[in-house]
Amino acid sequence: MDAAAPRPKENMGEPLPRVDARLKVTGQAHYPADLPIANIAYGALATSSIAKGKVTKLRLDDARAVPGLLDIVTYGDMDKVDKPKFGNSGATSIGPLHDRTIFHDGQIVALAVAETFEAAEEAARLIRAEYEEEKPTATFDSPGTATIPAAGKSPLFKEDVKAGDFDAAYADAAVKIDQRYSTPTQHHNPIELFSTTAFWEGDQLTVHEPSQNVTGWKVELARQLKIDPAKVRIVSPFIGGAFGSKGPMTPRTAIVAVAAKRLGRPVRCVTSRMQAFGTQTYRAETRHRIRIGAGRDGHITAFAHEGWEVTSRPDPYVVGGTSATGRMYDYGSVLTHVSLVQADRNTPGYMRSPPETPYVYALENAMDEMAVALGMDPVEFRRINEPKTEPIGKKPFSSRSLIRCYDEAAEAFGWAKRDPKIGAMRDGEWLVGMGCATAIYPTAVAPCAARVRLTVDGDVRLQCGSHEIGTGVRTVAGQMASERLGVSIDRISVEMGDSSLPPAPVSGGSISTASVCSAVLMACDAIRTKLYAAATAEGGPLAGSHNEELELAGGKIVAKSGASAKVEDVLKAMQVGAIEEYAEFAPKGATPDALKKLYAGTPEFHGGDQDEDSVKYAFGAEFVEVRINRHTREIRVPRIVGAFAAGRIMNTRTARSQLMGGMIWGIGQALQEATEIDRRYARYVNRDLQDYLVPVNADIKDLQVILVPEVDPAVNPAGVKGLGELGNVGTAAAVASAVYHATGKRIRDLPIRIEQLLV
Amino acid sequence: MRPFVYEQPADISAAVAIASRFTTNDDQPTRANAQFIAGGTNLADYMKLGVAEPNRLLDLNRLKESGLRQIRVTDDGIRFGALVRMGEAADHAEVKRRYPVIADSLRLAASGQIRNMASLAGNILQRTRCEYFRETSWQCNKRVPGSGCAAMEGFNRQHAVLGGSDACIATYHGDFAQALIALDAVVHAEGSRGARSIPFAKLHRQPGDTPHIETDLAADEIITAIAVPAVPWARRSLYLKIRDRESYAFALASAAVALDLDGETVREARIALGGVATVPWRAGAAEQSLQGKKLDETSAEAAADAAFAQAQPRQHNAFKIELGKRTLVRALLETRDMKA
Repeated sequence: MDAAAPRPKENMGEPLPRVDARLKVTGQAHYPADLPIANIAYGALATSSIAKGKVTKLRLDDARAVPGLLDIVTYGDMDKVDKPKFGNSGATSIGPLHDRTIFHDGQIVALAVAETFEAAEEAARLIRAEYEEEKPTATFDSPGTATIPAAGKSPLFKEDVKAGDFDAAYADAAVKIDQRYSTPTQHHNPIELFSTTAFWEGDQLTVHEPSQNVTGWKVELARQLKIDPAKVRIVSPFIGGAFGSKGPMTPRTAIVAVAAKRLGRPVRCVTSRMQAFGTQTYRAETRHRIRIGAGRDGHITAFAHEGWEVTSRPDPYVVGGTSATGRMYDYGSVLTHVSLVQADRNTPGYMRSPPETPYVYALENAMDEMAVALGMDPVEFRRINEPKTEPIGKKPFSSRSLIRCYDEAAEAFGWAKRDPKIGAMRDGEWLVGMGCATAIYPTAVAPCAARVRLTVDGDVRLQCGSHEIGTGVRTVAGQMASERLGVSIDRISVEMGDSSLPPAPVSGGSISTASVCSAVLMACDAIRTKLYAAATAEGGPLAGSHNEELELAGGKIVAKSGASAKVEDVLKAMQVGAIEEYAEFAPKGATPDALKKLYAGTPEFHGGDQDEDSVKYAFGAEFVEVRINRHTREIRVPRIVGAFAAGRIMNTRTARSQLMGGMIWGIGQALQEATEIDRRYARYVNRDLQDYLVPVNADIKDLQVILVPEVDPAVNPAGVKGLGELGNVGTAAAVASAVYHATGKRIRDLPIRIEQLLV
Repeated sequence: MRPFVYEQPADISAAVAIASRFTTNDDQPTRANAQFIAGGTNLADYMKLGVAEPNRLLDLNRLKESGLRQIRVTDDGIRFGALVRMGEAADHAEVKRRYPVIADSLRLAASGQIRNMASLAGNILQRTRCEYFRETSWQCNKRVPGSGCAAMEGFNRQHAVLGGSDACIATYHGDFAQALIALDAVVHAEGSRGARSIPFAKLHRQPGDTPHIETDLAADEIITAIAVPAVPWARRSLYLKIRDRESYAFALASAAVALDLDGETVREARIALGGVATVPWRAGAAEQSLQGKKLDETSAEAAADAAFAQAQPRQHNAFKIELGKRTLVRALLETRDMKA
């Protein structure tokens, strides 16, 4: 069997290869910065080397003397456009060229534009800023932080969830823990660098830029430039890794658009790897205090999760993962509180499972500690605390297959062979440890539009302004159309990543497959309805048949009776060359404005903990084996097994790939990934892939993904739970648990590094 | 990136002649107007980052002397041409058989792609990867003499605990050099003042007050070969590299070890330490402490203590002393247990 193409089980689609795989591996896929454009000029950013203060003077003479320099866009040059806004479509409210105030390290001070990339870079390097410098505040514990409650600061984080009387229950608990955990700053570092290419044709602006949100950006960029959104087109057909970093638009986009306007030429600006650390978003560092109280039987009676998160001075970005951790188990009582800690930093943002990765790490590490305190097997401990309803609003889960995930993963991993005694398992000079943790991710869905055309030749054209960020959404959308229209995938073309297509929501929150497939399903079903009506009409080839007796397969409408009609013939009889349907999907519970908001680039999310009828989550269980050298204490991960249930799996190949990538990332989060900050200057130190470590092939040995069948018609019409952000949740806690099992050392601060095990 | 002149000299004397025309005796090779380039895996990076700013690059890859590309094994030892690529030397059957420590040190360095590009001479001259050196907006005495050192009180987890000074604690990250210094290698160089041989241990300079002076080489001097003497017992040798991930990372601590054993008793030990020092680091005190002793965990630990007796920790790198010791202990025991 091909491990990359798991055989579909119940409620799973075929492991079709990605429709764009050949383009990608043969270099024919044009990523936004690759696209050849005539008469292009190149832009390079100059960024600040301080984190707080004012730019008193910008010396441009040396830069202007560089041969080939065309223009420098800097203070004053953006005055006629509006400042960026912080929110779903905007990374920050800082308008770096609107204001000489420096809010963070690496803030844009100018854009140099030249005939060549090299000249632009050299000119940017020669731009000399003089500063009136102030002492910056770097992060937690630095002098000058301000701490504010997070609740209400973000539309996605309305309140600190709670249930029952935590204080009383915790006081009475027979067994309890009270521990603190932390996670570091992390930057997405997608392999594709950030870039903007902008050109004007009259008053029409086109921007090629890797984006997870072309509709939102179109509207937000138009607002900044004070032009009609209809005059702005954002194009992003291929994206070389995003992970949230290409969700919100950064101030660079408008600056490059203004540069292109001034010059009357296309301008392309590719941000360097180093500059991306300051000009893009990142995962904020977080701290946690968790208290758990339980009876000796292992039933949890009290759970408290307090979180602290760093954000920038101007923008209250909230990580806020207590909504998920507060609903994870049958706690009895729940107390949560999240605080924002403001510092002189760029604004953080979404990074793969933004709330769950740090918060569930802390919860699951604490759960393992609690199992140890109870003298209980950690899997059994979770089984005992499996809830019937979620503890906050007492709503049912639309579906919850966590225990089945634990059982299947434990079986495949060989958990039964684990000797629970600390340090008992050895292999020569290597200490062996085994640990596990729960993965959870909310299942959300948003309004989405799609256009599908079926032609008399049997070809299908599918258009949707969603984004192929590597997840395989282009493939699974095609699969949905293939299934509903009975047309083979090679006759289907799928167009995405362009704001001139029917709008789709931001590709974030693991909503794309559910939202896009629901819209495609709707459009295809409208085509079916028309075809069936024509075929079953009086005098039609299937006259008298009812729609529910009909199927589309192999280019034919097939009735239960065995009678059939070629789609081609039905269309000819209808005297049309094609049927085209434009569908606008709105999820159950959508407000009357839901579709209007979709077009405005501010789609509303449904599902997760937001719905009245039930809470909706996908679950998984991950098991990790670590090996730690007796002398030198380096940690290696020879084995990892994850089992996940996420409703309907559209394509077992792309689903496995997503989960595998997530688990690998989780290993990196556990052992390697961290952006280091020089606390004296509030500046990032390891701003490249030499020092910002992520796993390499040699770090990943035996990795197994198990797809657990699950049917959940309540989540959305497609029955799909998003899983793109499920695989990396919990992994780091499983590694921490395994490290504890091997060494007896409980590491609570990520990443777990060699120095923590030497002492 | 600044514009620069690019030349491909035809032979060593032409390369030296051009270099001496565009440099002076006082120029440091890393700061000279004209600089040599071979694999370019280090210099090209630093030119892009504005750390190295030569305005003339002399590409050595077209030099016609065939010895520059050869590995020659003789009774006297092994001689590596300067332009031999790291990957080629790592895969060489006789290198692997006679000097496992050399083959290991090369195999565990960089990535396959880089090993196929990087020359051996370029590798031993690679410059530090200190984060504060690599980025021009920080103070750095090595990059801009006298400007200060941001690493000293900054994020210095990667930095050296041996061989540092008040001016610089940047780590020498190379691996191959540790094998070479342990085996008493000699570097052959040619410059405008003629050809000479430099003991490997004299090639690199500790930072002291002048961290911008990194080697003993003149700006117009080219390394032509690296000679390793015959050390028959070097078949019992290895390179142990400890790092944050399994591959493609610099050493947090490493040890090059070769042992001449009489049963379990040490006749002679060669030890060099990587990832912990400002230059390739021969651990003489550790070698002496083992001489004539039975090699076991206790004597290995005593040797490790001797190796790090002078270590100077900073805020984030203190763990390297303990890690360095344990790395050496493990390397000694694993070398002892080799079937050589």
